[in-house]
Amino acid sequence: MSFPWAKQYTPSHPFMVWMDEKLPIPRLIYNAVGGGYEVPRNLNYFWNFGFLAGLCLVIQIVTGVVLAMHYGGDTRVAFDSTEHIMRDVNWGWMLRYGHANGASAFFVVVYLHIFRGFYYGSYKAPREMVWLLGVVIFLLMMATAFMGYVLPWGQMSYWGAKVITGLFGAIPLVGETIQQWLVGGFAPDNATLNRFFSLHFLLPFVILGVVILHIWSLHIPGSSNPTGVEVKSESDTVPFYPYFVAKDGWTIGLFLIVYSLMVFFMPNALGHPDNYIPANPMQTPAHIVPEWYFWPFYAILRSFTQDWLWFIPAKLMGVLAMFSAILVWFFLPWLDRSPVRSGSYRPLYRKFFWVLVVDVLILGYCGGSPAEQPYVLIAQLASIYYFLHFFVIVPIVSSIERPDPLPFSITESVLGHDEAAALGTRA
Amino acid sequence: MAQDAGIDTPVVSDGDGVRRRDFINIAAVSAAGIGGVTVLYPLISQMAPSADVLAESSTEVDISQVQPGQAIKRVFRKQPLFVRNLTPKEIAEANAVDVSSLRDPQTLEQRTKPGHENWLITMGVCTHLGCVPLGAGEGEVKGEFGGYFCPCHGSVYDTAARIRKGPAPKNLEVPPYEFSSDTVVKIG
Repeated sequence: MSFPWAKQYTPSHPFMVWMDEKLPIPRLIYNAVGGGYEVPRNLNYFWNFGFLAGLCLVIQIVTGVVLAMHYGGDTRVAFDSTEHIMRDVNWGWMLRYGHANGASAFFVVVYLHIFRGFYYGSYKAPREMVWLLGVVIFLLMMATAFMGYVLPWGQMSYWGAKVITGLFGAIPLVGETIQQWLVGGFAPDNATLNRFFSLHFLLPFVILGVVILHIWSLHIPGSSNPTGVEVKSESDTVPFYPYFVAKDGWTIGLFLIVYSLMVFFMPNALGHPDNYIPANPMQTPAHIVPEWYFWPFYAILRSFTQDWLWFIPAKLMGVLAMFSAILVWFFLPWLDRSPVRSGSYRPLYRKFFWVLVVDVLILGYCGGSPAEQPYVLIAQLASIYYFLHFFVIVPIVSSIERPDPLPFSITESVLGHDEAAALGTRA
Repeated sequence: MAQDAGIDTPVVSDGDGVRRRDFINIAAVSAAGIGGVTVLYPLISQMAPSADVLAESSTEVDISQVQPGQAIKRVFRKQPLFVRNLTPKEIAEANAVDVSSLRDPQTLEQRTKPGHENWLITMGVCTHLGCVPLGAGEGEVKGEFGGYFCPCHGSVYDTAARIRKGPAPKNLEVPPYEFSSDTVVKIG
C-alpha cells in the first residue's frame, strides 16, 4: 500500500503502544494522511481540490445536522420553519447561508477536481477504480443537492421536484408507475418532501463512505502527478505530513476567504428569488431553472425537441442523454487509450481538453437561460460536441497523437536532472 | 463446507448422491433468501401513494359561469385542471387539422363528450415535465396555435390541447369525467 521508503509508524508513548495493539487507528491516520504517506514532490495546486472537497463535505454535514434540529419536513411547516431558521434561531441565518453556499462551493471544488482528472489523465490505469468511485460520489452529490434544494418548499423547490421526478415518467410502459412511487402520489406533496428530507440526511453519510473507498483505492498506487510519470525512487516523493498538510492548509485559508465572502456578503447571489415564495402547485414560475451546478446537464436535457428515429420520444431521449453525459465518464479510462497520462505531454489532446472546457461553459450558460432561440440551438450544437468529445475525439486522438517526450522521472522534471536514476539506467 | 463437516458427522445419502447436509444447506439459504425478499416488498411498497392519497374523491366542477372563449382552473388530485369553453372558431380550427400529421393523433371528438364538443376538459400538466401551461388564465399567452403554451420548455398546444410543437410527447391528458347535468361536471 505504500512505497518501501515510506516512514513507519512507531509509537513511543506507552498509551499509544497499547492503543496500536488494540485498535490501530493512529497508525491508519499516520499512513493515510500523515508522515507515512509518500506523495510525488511535483504536485501543483490542482491537487489541492481533493482535500478541499473533503472539507466541503465536513462543512455540509456539520451545518446540515444542526439545521435539521430546527427544520420540519412537512409541507405545512417546511417553508415557515426555514424562515424561522433565518429569523429566530440563533445564528440560523449563518448556518443556512453556510449550508446553501457550501453546496455551491462543494460543486466548484469538485468540478475543478474532475477537470484536473480530465487534463492530467488521472482516470488511467492503475487508478481506474479511484475515478469510478469519484463518478459515483458525483452522482450521489447531485442527488443529495437536488433533494436538499426541495426542502425549503419554495416555488423553485416544488417545481424543481416536479420537473426532475417527471423525468422518470419518460421511461416506457412503467414510467408513470415509477414516478408515482418516487413521489408517493400524483404530484409532489407531503410524502415527497418527507422522504427527500430523510434521504437528504442519509446520503451525505453514504458519500462519506464512498469517499473513504475513493481514498483507499487512491492510496494503493499512490497519488498521480502533473507529469503522469510514475514514482521511481525515494527522491520523487515527500511525506504528506508536513509538506502537503501545510500546502493544503494554505489553500483551505484561501478557500475560506472566498466562501466567507459568499456567505456573509452575497449569500443569495447563486439562489433564485422565486424560492422565497411558498410552493404553489397551481402556478409555474415563469422561468424554472435548477441551481447553477446542474445547468450543463439541464441544457443537454432540453436539447431534444424532436422525436428520435420516429419511435423514441423527445422527452425520453433528453433524459437518456442527460444521464449518459455523466455515465460516459465511467467509460473514460477505456475510451482514452493513450499510454501517456498527462495533458502536458499530449499536444493534441490538450487542445481538445480546452475546447471541452469552453463547450461545458457554453452548455452551462444555455442551461441557465430560457428555453428559446438562440439558446436551444446553441445548446444542441454544444451537446453534440460534448458526446463527440468522449465517444469520437478522445479515442481517435489517443491513437493518432504523437506525444511530447516524457521526463525520465519526477525528480528530473523538477530539478532538470536525476543523478540517482540516471546512474541506475546507465549501469 | 459440507465435506469438512463430514469428519465427525456420518455422511447420510438418500441414494441419489444428495446428502442430508446439502439439503440443509439449500433449505437454509432458500429460506433466508425468500425471507429477505419478503421483507423487501413492504420496504419498497411503502413509498407508493398511500391510502389517503389514493382515496381522494372525485371533484365536481360548476361550469355554468364559463363563457365561450373562457377557461377556468380547478384542482384535481392536487394538480391543475383546465376547463375550457371553446368558441365555434376554435372548434373549426381544431377540426381543420390533418389528424395524421399530429404527434399524438386524436380528433377533437375523441377528446370531448358527445353533445358537449365545446367543453375541452384536460389536466393542466404539460406532458413534457409537468409544468402548468399558460392559456387558461385571463390574459395569459396561448401560444401560436391558440391553445396552451408551456413556458418551461416551449411546448405549444392547439385548441384541442393537442401537442403541436416543442418537446412534450403527448396531448394534454383528458381525465375521466362525466356531465352530471348541463352545468356540472364530475371529474374522476
